[in-house]
This record gives sequence, structure tokens and C-alpha cells, in this order.
Amino acid sequence: MPLVLKCHPGLGPVVTGTALVARDNFSARYDLDRKAGTFSRAAHKLYGQSYVDKIIVLVTAKGGVATAWMLREMAARGVAPKAIVLDRSNTILAQGAAFADLTLVDRFEAGDPTGLIRTGDEVRIEPSKGLVTILNRDA
Amino acid sequence: MHLTEEERALLAGEQGAVRQWAVRHQVAVGEFFDAPDTVPVSQAHVMADTESLGGVGVEWLESLAAMPEAERRVRIPTITDPRGLDMQSYKRLGQTEAMAEIEARATRAFEALGVLMTNTCINYQTILPPVHGEHLAMGDTGVAIYSNSVMGARTNFEGGPSALAAGLTGRTPRYGYHLDAHRVGTGHFVVEAELRDLADWGALGGIVGRAANNYWQVPVITGLTRVPGSDELKHFGAALASFGSVALFHVPGVTPEAPALSDAFQGRAVPPAARIGANDLAAFYATYAAPGDKVDVVVFAAPQLSLIEMQSVAGLLDGRRVHESTSLVVTTSPEIKFAADRMGLTRRIEDAGGVVAAGVCFYQMYAREMAEANGWQRLLTNSAKLVNILGGYGYKPTLASMERCIDSAVAGRVL
Repeated sequence: MPLVLKCHPGLGPVVTGTALVARDNFSARYDLDRKAGTFSRAAHKLYGQSYVDKIIVLVTAKGGVATAWMLREMAARGVAPKAIVLDRSNTILAQGAAFADLTLVDRFEAGDPTGLIRTGDEVRIEPSKGLVTILNRDA
Repeated sequence: MHLTEEERALLAGEQGAVRQWAVRHQVAVGEFFDAPDTVPVSQAHVMADTESLGGVGVEWLESLAAMPEAERRVRIPTITDPRGLDMQSYKRLGQTEAMAEIEARATRAFEALGVLMTNTCINYQTILPPVHGEHLAMGDTGVAIYSNSVMGARTNFEGGPSALAAGLTGRTPRYGYHLDAHRVGTGHFVVEAELRDLADWGALGGIVGRAANNYWQVPVITGLTRVPGSDELKHFGAALASFGSVALFHVPGVTPEAPALSDAFQGRAVPPAARIGANDLAAFYATYAAPGDKVDVVVFAAPQLSLIEMQSVAGLLDGRRVHESTSLVVTTSPEIKFAADRMGLTRRIEDAGGVVAAGVCFYQMYAREMAEANGWQRLLTNSAKLVNILGGYGYKPTLASMERCIDSAVAGRVL
């Protein structure tokens, strides 16, 4: 039986992908080079890494309101993450995910997901059910 | 989520596709945050610079603007945050015709929706100040935190699509800072340092923001030796929101929801205080320090300058000249620019070699592309918010007081 984590019902479609995890936060404007598809703020724990098509797992959403527009624009250019998983989202990221139809979940029963999911894990997210399955690990 | 009869009709598309999108978006966001229903709002403020919108966002706005007039017009006063480009000054800042073209398209689309192009992040100083208890849909984190904290109004950070949705329906989902339960203090910070300059207020916001570190934290600040002014709280709030994603703070005896310390915590136990001293402020500045470095650009922005700040910049530049290898950029709102023109402040700043841009803010105007076009890297500013943002844009930002920023602009290196 793969390991199943329960969270608050989220936004966007069911997706499966590879996790990229850090105990750090997320802002499209502050942290990303949205042309190259990489984390570009030197102080970010994922600095230099590509987020494109990854399921990024971070603690919370930071920074300004621009992320609400940027996720949709990034998705249209094919430089968006596949999904965003947080301990606790702020309003902007939820609004941006709703606008972009991007998968977003947060508020896990077992606590901060950056301590539950590891970089490289194969993860399936079912937002409407509030379920995240780690396919390569047994319960 | 409970919807009114009218909202159900809008959701069914009875008033067209634009309002149907708006309610659908609000339901998705409201259900994510367990909102019980929606609340009427009296103003919406839309952050939608063209750098964030991109071609995709502008095309989407144009698709709304092409709908029948009765279906697309906003229902409540809906105003805009700074734009990506000022048509009067963009060539001097190395911005391109392509940027100007997409900016003009976005403006036309917003105007077709009935949006007022105020292009400002200091609307609480210049357009229509919020009122205690008023429910709003404010974009721009600096506007939201000032409205919530200093005015006692009620808003979440409303990103561009959500603020526009609120403009179209006149309501917003009732969650987060619309609810009493989220407005209670969560942390206590005692200021033991003297705050001498707007940059110090920003640094204090940065320090508290780093400690608070998420949207749902409500810091309570005590220990201030005097009542701060609007520009001081503007810089404090903008930095607090930027570093911490924080949307509400209380200052007992100053902000309207906290006449006393116990009110800030709604009668609950006051948590142990974190003390912030002069050494903490010094350490904050030291994070960004670069003494002796060549200065490429000095920026006064984030938030846009009030008329009083414009006067201060002009006064510090009088009789001096910005170094030939340094640029100096000031951004303010169109209303303040008009006043500054009329009072001779713009001329004094530009005679000294500065550029005054209106309706924009530095980080919302293609900062990366401006850096490449002008060869800018080392940036000096008195805005803690700006130093926080611009690291991700490839700048090396340094924080200093307005006076030291201008002395450095004249010297061409960080003093």
C-alpha cells in the first residue's frame, strides 16, 4: 500500500509527478526566473534548480500579489510547476492556482509536508478528495 | 459555501460569461478557505502590471473587454495598482516600444471594464482612504496591510483576478481578515531602538516580518516612543507584508482595533515579548551593506512617494548633481506627480539628474529588463520592501536612509 497523506481539499486537477522539496517558501515574483524556469533568488534553498513540471513542496507562500497572475502566464508558456504543495497557503497563491487551474493543496493532517515528502518521490495529488499519495513509499 | 440568490443566478450565467467567471473564481477560492459566504465590498484595487500579466493575461483581459457592455462593467469603484510603464518617462529608463504597446492594450481593456486607472499603491493617502470596519478587496500587499491595520478596514491580499472578480460582483468570499477570529494578535514585539528615518521603519517591518513569516500571523508592536506618521507606517507595513506575507498588525494606542495591549489579543494572554534593539536594526542593514561599491542606480519607490517624501528628495538634491555614472529614479502616483509638477518638486529632482516616473513602481516595471538595458546591478534605496524583492531580479540591493542614498547618488558610490 503506497503512503497516503490527508490534507484539506485543494484546487486544480488530479496530477502525478516528481517532488522537489525544501524547507523554504514560495513567491513567483521574488524567487523565480520565470523565463529560465528556475529558482533565481540566491538565498532560496532551491536556488538554481528547475521547477518546471515538478511538484514543488514548500512551507508557505510569501511575497506580493503578482503570483496570482503569474501562474497562469507561466502555465501558458510551459514553465509552470505541475503542482504546489504547502504546509499553509496564503490567499494569493490560492487565488493564482484557481485562476491558472493549477493543482494546489495544503493543511496536512500529519503536519508540514516538507517533513513528509522527499525530493524525488513520485507523488499523486487528488485535490478534491484532499489526498496526496507517495507512490514509491509504503505505508 | 452559501451563495445569495443573485450569486446563484450569476453562476448560472444569467448575466453573461464575465460575471459567471467572477463568481466561479470566488467559489473556488472561498471553498479553499472554508468561507461560509460572501461579503459586500465597497472598493476593489487591482494589481495588474503588464510584467505580471504577460501576453496571456492581457489577452484574457481583452477577451472580457470584448463582451457586451452591460456584462463587463464593474459594479463598485475599482482602481488600479502601479502599471508596468509610464508613457512620459519609459524611454529614459530603457524600456521598449513593445512594453509600451502591451501597456496601452491592458489600459484600454481595463477602461472598457469601467476600471479607474489610478495606478497607485498609495491610494489610502491619495484616492479614497478606507474606513474602520469597511470591507474591501485590496490588491497590493502594502495597501492591504495599511487598510487593515492603520485604518481598521477588512481585506485579504486580493490578487489581480480576485480583486477584479470582486469589482464585477461587488462581493468577495468571507474568509481570513474579514473575520474577527483572524484579527487577533499572535505575537508581541517590543521596539527598543530609536527609529530615525523611513528606512528604519522599513527595517523594523523587515525584522518583524522575518519573525512572523506567514500570512496568518498578526504581530503586535509596543515600545514606540511616539505616534508614527502615515509615511512611517507605510514603509513599516510594506516591509512587514513583503518580508512576512503579513496582512495585519496592531500598535496598541495607535491602530483602531487596539486601544490597549489586551485589545490587540482580544483579551487572551499576551505572549512573551520579542525585543528589537538597535543591534537588530544594524544587523538588518548589514545584510545588504556594500560600503564603497559603485552605485548604478538609486531608487525611491515601493511604496510610491507621498508629496512629503517628494519634497524631501527635492530638498536633499537642491544645488547638487547626481553622479554621471549613476541613475536616480523616483516613482510616485499620477496625482502626486501632478502636484509635484505644479509645486516645482519634479523640476528640482530632474534638474539634479533624477527621473520622476508616475503611475509605476520600480519592481513592477520590468526591473530585470531595465537592469539589462541600463547596466544596473548595485542598487541603493531607502525601501526595505524593494531590497527584499530585487535580489530575485538580479540586482545587488543596499538599504540606506534617504539622505545617505542621495549623498551616495552624488558621489557615485555607497557611502
